Amino acid sequence: MWTWFYRLASPPYVYGLATALTPWLLAGAGLAIAAGLVGGLVFAPPDYQQGDAFRIIYVHVPGAFLSLMVYCIMAVAGAIGLIWRIKMGHAVAVASAPVGASFTLIALVTGSLWGKPMWGTYWAWDPRLTSELILLFLYVGVMSLRSAFEDSQRGDRAAALLAIVGVINVPIIHFSVQWWNSLHQGPTIAKIGAPSMPGSMLWPLLAMLLGFALFYGAVLCMRLRGEVLNRERQSTWVREAVRS
Amino acid sequence: MTPGSAQGTGVGPARGDAAGSVPGVAESPAPGAGVGTFGAAALIMRRELRLSFRRPEHLVQPLVFFLIITTLFPLGLSLQLSQLRDMAPGVLWGAALLSSLLSLDALFKSDADDGTLEQLALSGQGLTVIVIAKTLAHWLVTGAALVLVSPLVATALDIPASAFALMMSSLALGTLTLSWLGSIGAALTVGLKRGNVLISLIVLPLAMPLLIFGASATERAISGTSAAGPLYLLTALCVLTTTLAPFAASAALKISLD
Repeated sequence: MWTWFYRLASPPYVYGLATALTPWLLAGAGLAIAAGLVGGLVFAPPDYQQGDAFRIIYVHVPGAFLSLMVYCIMAVAGAIGLIWRIKMGHAVAVASAPVGASFTLIALVTGSLWGKPMWGTYWAWDPRLTSELILLFLYVGVMSLRSAFEDSQRGDRAAALLAIVGVINVPIIHFSVQWWNSLHQGPTIAKIGAPSMPGSMLWPLLAMLLGFALFYGAVLCMRLRGEVLNRERQSTWVREAVRS
Repeated sequence: MTPGSAQGTGVGPARGDAAGSVPGVAESPAPGAGVGTFGAAALIMRRELRLSFRRPEHLVQPLVFFLIITTLFPLGLSLQLSQLRDMAPGVLWGAALLSSLLSLDALFKSDADDGTLEQLALSGQGLTVIVIAKTLAHWLVTGAALVLVSPLVATALDIPASAFALMMSSLALGTLTLSWLGSIGAALTVGLKRGNVLISLIVLPLAMPLLIFGASATERAISGTSAAGPLYLLTALCVLTTTLAPFAASAALKISLD
């Protein structure tokens, strides 16, 4: 029953899996993002208050969601590597970090572009904006800690530990709009009761969320392949794979 | 190295015990290690404090740094005294965080360089105890000293004397929390040659909530409104880090030591 799980610790299996999954994930991401973009930019009605400017939500919200999700995946993968000493856990964490940092940057940039017409300013020292910025710093800290070690195994483990410590920031970001009086608007989808958004606005957003998640999966698989090859460069299966 | 590191550790290598237990780190106090957990912690703290007081310049430097930074702001901004009071909490807290960070690099570094840390780890006492003792000693010579100096800076920043008690208690909580957070950063970077900048990069993002709550507590103390809310949050952060950070830091030390 658990063999599929145990096999995930084996580098050749992970390499093969990532190779096989990449085109499917890419195709799925392309379809979902295309559908979401058309639905969001063409079919969704303009917001009664924000007009057409609200449409940046279709990039902003998936970016912000993925920035948190990727951080959690990175921390969990790092914990798996740290606790059970599974090298593939560290490989997933290493491959995820720059992707997550990019999503955080996307969320921050689109958010500030959205803030200019709505709030009249690109940046406000608001709990959610500040905690998202801290998330970016945490990604940078994890990446630079890992690269500071000459011994890559030690770097992996140190970075994993830092990622786990930083998880404390994730609930702070998520709940910041409810805990503090924030300029940022409250949750519209992930709340108890019906989403406060009409269906024609909602489905493109969900499609974009799915598309971004699939895109992350595809990029993760591609980066993971490079990471596995680099880590296993001394082993015979890599030499055979490269030769063939 | 200073003589204190060679002598007077008290919890030095208990070779007979270490040989029998798991090499590396013994989790539980080995039987016959001589001193109990609290005895070992007290000995390590005493050693740390003695080492610090033998090099007074290391004690004074962060405090002078704190004073200089707080002087820089009024000079650079050339504000009226009344406007200065509005800026004071932020300036005070920013300077306190930075000057506490300055000495964090030394928390485990010198002991790791001359091998004392490995001997302590082999002593049969848990690494967590060692981390707790060293961090508390570090806070006493940096954070607590900073709290004692803060009224001087506060007067220069035109903070009224009625706010001193609240300001000092919030600073005490904040610097202790920062010492715990810093112990994680220092333990993670102990094996690195140039870990100093990296510590700031790791610790400062985690310390941002401290700055927010600490400055808002000080601000409320100045304006005379109730500072209970941010003070409770600071206390909560302090309790959280006191209970969890030693485990994270000792796990980080294990990574760095093996």
